[in-house]
Amino acid sequence: MFRKLHDPGAQTVTIFIDGRPVPAELGESVAAVLLRQPEAWCRTTPISESPRAPYCMMGVCFECLVEVDGLASVQGCLTPVRNGMRVARQQGPRSLSA
Amino acid sequence: MNANETDLLIVGAGPAGMAAAVTARSQGLSVRVLDDQPAPGGQIWRAIETVAETPRIARLGEAYRAGADRAAAFRACGALYEPESQLWQIEPGFRAFLTQQGRARSVTARAVILATGAQERPAPFPGWTLPGVLTVGAAQILLKTADSVPTSPVWIAGCGPLPLLYMTQLLAAGGQIAGFLDTTPRGRLGAALRHLPQGLGLLADLAKGLSWSLALRRAGFPIIRHVAELRAEGEGRLESLHYRAEDGREGEVAAEVLLVHEGVVPNIHAPLALGCAVSWHAGQHCYVPDLDSWGETSQPNVFVAGDGAGVGGAEAAEPRGRIAALRVAARLGTLGEGAAESAARPERGRLSRALALRPFLDALYAPRPQVFAPADETLVCRCEEVTAGELRARAVQGRPGPNQIKAFTRAGMGPCQGRQCGYTMAHIIATAQNRPVEEVGFYRIRPPLKPVTLGELASLDEREPAA
Repeated sequence: MFRKLHDPGAQTVTIFIDGRPVPAELGESVAAVLLRQPEAWCRTTPISESPRAPYCMMGVCFECLVEVDGLASVQGCLTPVRNGMRVARQQGPRSLSA
Repeated sequence: MNANETDLLIVGAGPAGMAAAVTARSQGLSVRVLDDQPAPGGQIWRAIETVAETPRIARLGEAYRAGADRAAAFRACGALYEPESQLWQIEPGFRAFLTQQGRARSVTARAVILATGAQERPAPFPGWTLPGVLTVGAAQILLKTADSVPTSPVWIAGCGPLPLLYMTQLLAAGGQIAGFLDTTPRGRLGAALRHLPQGLGLLADLAKGLSWSLALRRAGFPIIRHVAELRAEGEGRLESLHYRAEDGREGEVAAEVLLVHEGVVPNIHAPLALGCAVSWHAGQHCYVPDLDSWGETSQPNVFVAGDGAGVGGAEAAEPRGRIAALRVAARLGTLGEGAAESAARPERGRLSRALALRPFLDALYAPRPQVFAPADETLVCRCEEVTAGELRARAVQGRPGPNQIKAFTRAGMGPCQGRQCGYTMAHIIATAQNRPVEEVGFYRIRPPLKPVTLGELASLDEREPAA
């Protein structure tokens, strides 16, 4: 959906999206990296389970909620990438387990 | 004073917050600045420190480049700067609660300046929740922070200076535009021109806008005027969009990315949560906090500066920040009343010059009526997936206000807490009940301002400050 204009060179780090390694640049957000993926969505909704993707990129719409390093409902647009970060697309309603 | 105590707490490190911090520091106050972004600059100067070191600074324009000096002055001013901090509650006194790196804590301050800026005006239309539909502001942030542009030629729909600026920047970056659906209604220019005389001092700004328009026209992509209705369609992602102009002309085009923008509105969640009075701004079609000439709200020692005080742009935000900081210095006794008054005088001059063109822009780019009257099937509340039709049906059962319909439908109860549906809800109620929108009011905003996890709450260190 989006593409990067420059080669990050030495600033390149690797993050994992649903277990798959993808390149990212230090200083950019998780949401920005998600929008460059072939499947550019980040969560399904708790109600209709329809896919959503980053919308406002400034922290007010909460559409870019993802799981980051095991913590759910993190705002992807406010979260800068770190090398080795594990991002998971957030799936629909979360169930409680015993 | 312990490490958690500060004279002045500033929320937001954009033009207003940075200017307020520099001024307050120069008057001898201790200053703490919270910001949810990872670097100073706010939205207009997002990632300025990083980008200033790269060749791509050239294609983002002079107004963006100007942020580098501001960020440097802010870094050097001696304020305690806390980036990536989510403010979620301020208690009277003041004690502010924030989350940083997954840990919550509280800090205290004697005065607060809220410099939380503006957000793009929510403008729901069918399909606006599909992946592939983003705001123009979002795309500009992607350009500034990630040097990213839409992969395929992009459709842009909306009105206001931001789409023109972004399109100019996108073309300079080598991006491609499929077409611009200009939603400015017919006849707006005539209505706006009567506001021009007072803005004539800002001919340079007008010339800048005109030069963007001319450059875009020369670029050769289709520009469809007076678009009134918009619909995005696709299975799981945007595939096509459909538009209808005022004169009934319709079109349907394939699209992977659609960027939308219908102006900006102040972020008023924090002032509302603090109990600050707000009033309807008819020119900007939104609520603004009630402020005195220093930017102080109805709550003593709580100030609002920047676009949160009413949209005025970066040039207005900076003097507003300085004026508020001067008043705080006078209140806290580091600056005499008379000295504060004389230091504020040139800033008030700058502020009124910066705002001179605003009535013209407000009139030219006032939101079209369709923004506030989405079709029944349109999702208004993105979080809880509540449609305009459901809200309309509820709005005529008795005479409910936004908080009652929120309870009936869950609209406004999701994680964004009404930041996307609040104004649409108010307009739907106003139309259904045949009363002015300013009488309807807004959602009651309660803490936390941002969702907080139980883990973060549990991490609050209750041993300090000592009770």
